[in-house]
Amino acid sequence: MGPNTGRSMAVAALALAMPGAALAQSNIVYNLQDPVTRVGQSIYDLHTLMFWMSVAIFVAVFSVMIYAMFAHRKSLGHKAAQFHENTTVEFVWTVIPFLILIGMAWPATRVLLAIKDTGSPDLTIKVTGYQWKWGYEYLKGEGEGVSFMSSLATPHEQIYGNEAKGQNYLLEVDRPLVVPVGKKVRLLLTANDVIHAWWVPAFGVKQDAIPGFVRDNWFRVEKEGVYRGQCAELCGKDHGFMPIVVEVLSAEKYAAWAGEQKKIMAAAADDPGKTWDVKDLIARGEKAYAANCAACHQPNGQGVPNLFPPLVSSKAVLGPDAEQIAIVLHGRKGAYRPNTIMPPLANLSDVDIAAAITYTRNAWGNKAEDNLVQPAEVKAARK
Amino acid sequence: MSAVIDGQAHEEHHEHHPAGLMRWVTTTNHKDIGTLYLWFSFIMFITGGILALGLRMELFQPGMQLWNPEFFNQLTSMHGLIMVFGAIMPAFVGFANWQVPMMIGAPDMAFARLNNWSFWLLPVGATLLVSSFFVPGGAVAAGWTIYAPLSTQMGPGMDLGIFALHIMGASSIMGSINIITTILNMRTPGMTLMKMPMFVWTWLITAYLLIAVIPVLAGAITMVLTDRHFGTSFFNAAGGGDPVMFQHIFWFFGHPEVYIMILPAFGIISTVIPAFARKPLFGYSSMVYATASIAILSFIVWAHHMFTVGMPTAAQLFFMYATILIAVPTGVKVFNWIATMWKGALSFETPMLFAAGFILVFSVGGFSGLILAIAPIDYQVQDTYYVVAHFHYVLVAGSLFAIFAGLYFWLPKWTGHMYDEKLGKWHFWLSMIFFNITFFPMHFLGLAGMPRRIPDYALVFADYNAIITIAAFGFGLSQLIFLWAVLKCIRGGEKAPARAWEGADTLEWTHLPSPPPYHSFHDQPDVK
Repeated sequence: MGPNTGRSMAVAALALAMPGAALAQSNIVYNLQDPVTRVGQSIYDLHTLMFWMSVAIFVAVFSVMIYAMFAHRKSLGHKAAQFHENTTVEFVWTVIPFLILIGMAWPATRVLLAIKDTGSPDLTIKVTGYQWKWGYEYLKGEGEGVSFMSSLATPHEQIYGNEAKGQNYLLEVDRPLVVPVGKKVRLLLTANDVIHAWWVPAFGVKQDAIPGFVRDNWFRVEKEGVYRGQCAELCGKDHGFMPIVVEVLSAEKYAAWAGEQKKIMAAAADDPGKTWDVKDLIARGEKAYAANCAACHQPNGQGVPNLFPPLVSSKAVLGPDAEQIAIVLHGRKGAYRPNTIMPPLANLSDVDIAAAITYTRNAWGNKAEDNLVQPAEVKAARK
Repeated sequence: MSAVIDGQAHEEHHEHHPAGLMRWVTTTNHKDIGTLYLWFSFIMFITGGILALGLRMELFQPGMQLWNPEFFNQLTSMHGLIMVFGAIMPAFVGFANWQVPMMIGAPDMAFARLNNWSFWLLPVGATLLVSSFFVPGGAVAAGWTIYAPLSTQMGPGMDLGIFALHIMGASSIMGSINIITTILNMRTPGMTLMKMPMFVWTWLITAYLLIAVIPVLAGAITMVLTDRHFGTSFFNAAGGGDPVMFQHIFWFFGHPEVYIMILPAFGIISTVIPAFARKPLFGYSSMVYATASIAILSFIVWAHHMFTVGMPTAAQLFFMYATILIAVPTGVKVFNWIATMWKGALSFETPMLFAAGFILVFSVGGFSGLILAIAPIDYQVQDTYYVVAHFHYVLVAGSLFAIFAGLYFWLPKWTGHMYDEKLGKWHFWLSMIFFNITFFPMHFLGLAGMPRRIPDYALVFADYNAIITIAAFGFGLSQLIFLWAVLKCIRGGEKAPARAWEGADTLEWTHLPSPPPYHSFHDQPDVK
């Protein structure tokens, strides 16, 4: 096993021996994360209230049982009474819980109604769940037009190998969602393939993203900082590896960020007429492949047996490039195994698609006859 | 009473049946079939347990060490399916087979051949289910809830899973029809419905639940099947379907299913507690009404499993209120059990230990269920380890501990031997301690933000996960003591008297010897 085995063993042994001491010594968590939105705070308070009410009822009810277990023992010579009903008592312990439950439902209803109010947002962002990354598009408000993908940034070696794990292991992304502090941000959520769930615990927001439908939710963060969450709905192989990071900036910093993004996007908009040489395209393609293809086809191009086909020595990769472009643009179903699905990737830019294809045609010992695909060919292939 | 027991002796020459393997293949005897169900369930319990330990090993520390993520998903999904459909449900049917006829003074189940068929479907279904590990793409990896459209993406393992569920569901429906017919038609003269033992009542209600919802599950998984292979779009928005519809249909089955797995447990607990308190069950009729209320409410709360899909506010409020309401009849049950213990003459043999442990620990699951019912809190904890903690408190400390209570309680009747009390106590205490160390910290993990069904996790969750994995192995190994105790009891031991427990007063204890003859109650006893 890995380098942490010793520590895990030690912690486990210690905790089994004396739970109190172990809890006190480690920086262990046991409650909801500190909320940074009003909704999050009201959920936190609601939970605290419900928790202590439950503890009180539990103690009251079970002290009676525990008392009976010790006092009314046959071994102490206790003789069994023979009563077996009492209408008054039964009425009381039906009505009192009912009243307590109304007391619990009332604050819950108020919080729920507040959560459901997604009206008059300052900023609207479309969130799309993909297997296995998130896409963000700023639809309305400051930063309108900005869009990018956000995927796991933890290196493969930290997960599968012996490299030491970083502080934000599995909770770090290449490009976080950036929002301004104190502004009402409305999310429109959907998904590309299966159901995902966008969850940032500190915001008190968890919303399923459903393919083919749009759901909305919102948050207004009251404290600048970086907040981390994860996909909360089982979405296949890499469900555990599609975190969410939200960077909350002051109004000025956010404005600067939004301006900068627009400039970068304008500059990065590739000249559509440019003819690329193989080396540049391969370099660009390696990144595009890692971000969009490697989750299934694997960084080494070997795929996953019976689930995702290998690209090494693949007919589609070594054959005519038009066919591969069509597969990437439009997706394909059941070609490898009856139920495998390659999703359409038409949302990527012509350059990224051309680059990724060129990369696969030259990497891992692949030597395709047609080893260079120009963005113009991709553009032509789009209908 | 002793005259009746002597009267059974002359019936012994009726006990002709094939010997060896064919006895079990061809049997139509409720006791044999009950035994088959219970052993089948134990084998599935061990299989599902091994899968659980497999996934706990991967979660022992951060990073991927043993399995790849796809296989991890197969472990979690198959663990759930096998435990629900292979272990818990058949175990209770096993109890029903053994106990219902004896408790109502009937000679056997109403449909003896159907009974054989409904058991022998189970190993077929289970074999299909388990063999899906060996097909290309592996076993079901979409969770035991097989949400579409993830389940339409899976390999042929999903088809095997669907067929297995169909077969096991057919078995459940046949078993339920049999149980209902037996209870309604074959009660001994004088045993009115409101004089039936509580265990029989809970099974009557459970059987109706099964007949009502298993066809709903069958519909849902058939739609997944046709979406996968025949071009339908029930759950595909591109073809006019809706992925969320699958969840509505699944949970319309799934929530009553939860009560299918707990109501017979309530019945066992309601039988064991009065026996060891030497005092009649408190509030018998309110117990019946509470059971029926829980069953009826279970049909109108399903969407509390899906608060985060984005429902209209009115729907969320409705499902929240209806769910909260279930706490009332459940509370009545707990209060009744405690009132039964109150001023009794209590003794704590193993069945009573499991029953008292059940009330205490199951209630923890009840309270976390109440907290989950509050929709705003549910937003934070749904699909986290908090939910995992909750349903293991309900299904392990609830259903499983009740099964153990029932087994230790009736083993002397069934085998004619007392079990080894010392082994039973070891089994109880180790199970209880390791259970809590395994599952209690999961509440903390869930609150702190650890999603369920992930093969790897952030570093802040590492310490709890290490503890949980060790304790899970402790819990798993403790079950070997149980196997040992059962085998020892079957092979011999102190002879059990007809009425092995002083406070036990149902017909199998008062009118039949231990073990009961192969065919009991040819002449129905009279109940005043």
